[in-house]
Amino acid sequence: MKRVVIEMEGKRTHIISALVLNKPGVLQRVAGLFTRRGFNIDNITVGASEKDKFARMTIISQGDEKVLEQITKQLNKLIDVIKVRDLDPESTVKRELCLIKVHAPAERIRSEVIQYASIFRGRIIDVSSENLTIEITGTPDKIDALIDLLRGFGIKEIARTGPTAISRGIKTI
Amino acid sequence: MKGGEAVIKSLTDQGVDVVFGYPGGVLLPLYDVIYDSDLKHILVRHEQCAAHAADGYARASGKVGVCIGTSGPGATNLITGIATAYMDSSPILAIAGQVATGLIGNDAFQEVDTLGITIPITKHNFQAMKAEDVPQMIKSGFYIAGTGRPGPVVLDLPKDVQEEEFDYNPNLKIDLPGYKPTKKGHPLQIKKAANLILKSKKPVILAGGGIILSESSPELLKFSELIGAPVTTTLMGKGSFPEDHAHAMGMLGMHGRKVANIVVDECDCLIAIGCRFSDRTTGNVEKFASKAKVIHIDVDPAEIGKNIEADVPIVGDAKITISDLIKTITNLKIKAEKEKANPKWMEYIADFKINCTPRLSFEDFPLKPQQVIKEIRESIDYETIVTTDVGQNQMWMAHYFTSKIPRTFLSSGGLGTMGFGFPAAMGAKVALPENDVVAVCGDGGFLMVSQDLATIKEYDIPIVVCVLDNRYLGMVAQWQRLFYDERMSHTHLGEVPDFVKLAEAFGVQGERVERPGEMEETLKKALKSGEPTLIDVIIDPDEILPMVPPGCGLTEIVGEYKVEREVPGEIPYKAPANEKGGD
Ligand SMILES: Cc1ncc(C[n+]2csc(CCOP(=O)(O)OP(=O)(O)O)c2C)c(N)n1
Ligand SMILES: [Mg+2]
Repeated sequence: MKRVVIEMEGKRTHIISALVLNKPGVLQRVAGLFTRRGFNIDNITVGASEKDKFARMTIISQGDEKVLEQITKQLNKLIDVIKVRDLDPESTVKRELCLIKVHAPAERIRSEVIQYASIFRGRIIDVSSENLTIEITGTPDKIDALIDLLRGFGIKEIARTGPTAISRGIKTI
Repeated sequence: MKGGEAVIKSLTDQGVDVVFGYPGGVLLPLYDVIYDSDLKHILVRHEQCAAHAADGYARASGKVGVCIGTSGPGATNLITGIATAYMDSSPILAIAGQVATGLIGNDAFQEVDTLGITIPITKHNFQAMKAEDVPQMIKSGFYIAGTGRPGPVVLDLPKDVQEEEFDYNPNLKIDLPGYKPTKKGHPLQIKKAANLILKSKKPVILAGGGIILSESSPELLKFSELIGAPVTTTLMGKGSFPEDHAHAMGMLGMHGRKVANIVVDECDCLIAIGCRFSDRTTGNVEKFASKAKVIHIDVDPAEIGKNIEADVPIVGDAKITISDLIKTITNLKIKAEKEKANPKWMEYIADFKINCTPRLSFEDFPLKPQQVIKEIRESIDYETIVTTDVGQNQMWMAHYFTSKIPRTFLSSGGLGTMGFGFPAAMGAKVALPENDVVAVCGDGGFLMVSQDLATIKEYDIPIVVCVLDNRYLGMVAQWQRLFYDERMSHTHLGEVPDFVKLAEAFGVQGERVERPGEMEETLKKALKSGEPTLIDVIIDPDEILPMVPPGCGLTEIVGEYKVEREVPGEIPYKAPANEKGGD
């Protein structure tokens, strides 16, 4: 029998939600841990949580179950980390905010861009003689789709927050 | 109260009576407080030695050791010692000076990001930005360092914080919502483990440093006798189980005892307690204990399943968990009378042990290290604390030296830090002045820290340092001999220094030993003298330790395994009649 911790084939994307102390340096501890242990971070978002003392981090990382187990355990060992949960993608709501500045100098182009934006429930939040800026929230897929559509017009700038997530229903972490 | 005074008060409140340190510009306010305080401060001659001494103090006594260094280079000099303590789960508090808060981030003189540098090598670290942070942080620091899986904590202490006046509030509460070490193993897992043990025919216990840290040696002994299992240890576990006991097999691993390596390969149930299955312990993991079910008990959940898959994982303190296991097994045993521990297994081990007891006596000149270790063993009692450095000297000691008592064999396991042995011995002696303390070092490693001969002289810390003098970076040379066509690239150390004269230059007694018999005589005399002493032991540079080459399984030992009594051929293991090959 093999005694090795076998790398399983089931590599998938994990959404890790961590409640951490809301104080300087915590992000460095968490991010440093990932680098040091050779775990990749696709995305990390940090912001306030329901309690003043705590902040919530949402980390998107790739890996098999074994890698994930190590990540969770190592995160839990950090004194400034209160709780860690690997969110089940089936029962998790994931949202991202994205701002897109599109090149739209002519009236005809503008109305087209505005139409696309409204199909995606985006909002125009800034207009200048040259550009339109769209705000859109949604799943990363939806945002990707809108960006693809707008490429033809000439995208000048994109700012994405990366996804944050919360579990559905009565469950809390 | 000033911040600096709060440091000393907080340390004293934690029962600290001695610190190892080295001052500097940003620490002037703190050292001004130390000047009037009752706290004993030992001025080392290099900050690395302050950290190793605090570590040695902690390992010998079980208490948190404290070291201090100034900002910038003082802090970076502490790093090796902090990392050493981290890898071996040793509780120390390192206080590092820092430039004044207003200068932080400006690349001020002697500024370094101590917090950033030490995140990966500490259990936790703090930066006091206000004097009122100090008492809370020191109290929490001691709690974190000493509980759960112990480890080093760093306190970064800016200069102005040491000078700042504040109102000391004696009602300190530890508020660490993210730190709750698990103590008690899950009862269901314990039951599973108990059943597995009772079903097994060939159980083996692997004891790690966790046994020593949780002070569970008495429980371990009882457990081993109850279930009829032999005990092997990791390097860090040396001393957790009396090595002269019938059940003791000695150390496991790359330089482990043959009996331990082979028996672990044969066992059907491996009960690993307080160990982390380092690569030096397991050899090739694919071949490790391949016939066994593994029960892994550790207080740190992250160690379970990290290197070796466990069939029954138990997160818990070793002492509590072994006691619970003993209770559960005792109860189950009454119910299942027929499933008794297999006496044939212990008989087999006993036979095997006799037949591969390593040979220690050699009349050769130059001296064989085995003979030196034999004489050291015969010169001291079992309470004597021995430290080792890193290299062949360490592995000779780990392999050949018999330890019986926890906290009497101190060695840098995880980091393998050359230069550890001597300052750690200094710290151990300061912690336990009644015990004799002997450091066994290599000539290379000792020279990395030899300036601290000044410290043992100035503070009259009467330890004996045995320098195993082979004029080689012996361990690296061994690998070159075995695996690199004897191309001895930069491992010969040349003819200098004269270690006896070096000792004498510091006012430390220097002795030289060259022939069988002299070690015992000289060591006894040195210990009796009550003076710090260095013994330069000239040994055979060509002697090679048997080893398991990297990538090999534990049974694939190379190098001649010299045994006390030659036995022709292999000893066949006769399976007991009732054996069905433990599932
Ligand atoms: C600080 C440090 N540098 C380098 C090494 C790599 N290393 C491991 S053992 C060894 C040789 C040690 O030589 P010596 O101290 O003379 O001991 P010996 O092996 O000869 O007993 C070296 C260089 C190390 N472990 N630590
Ligand atoms: Mg040497």
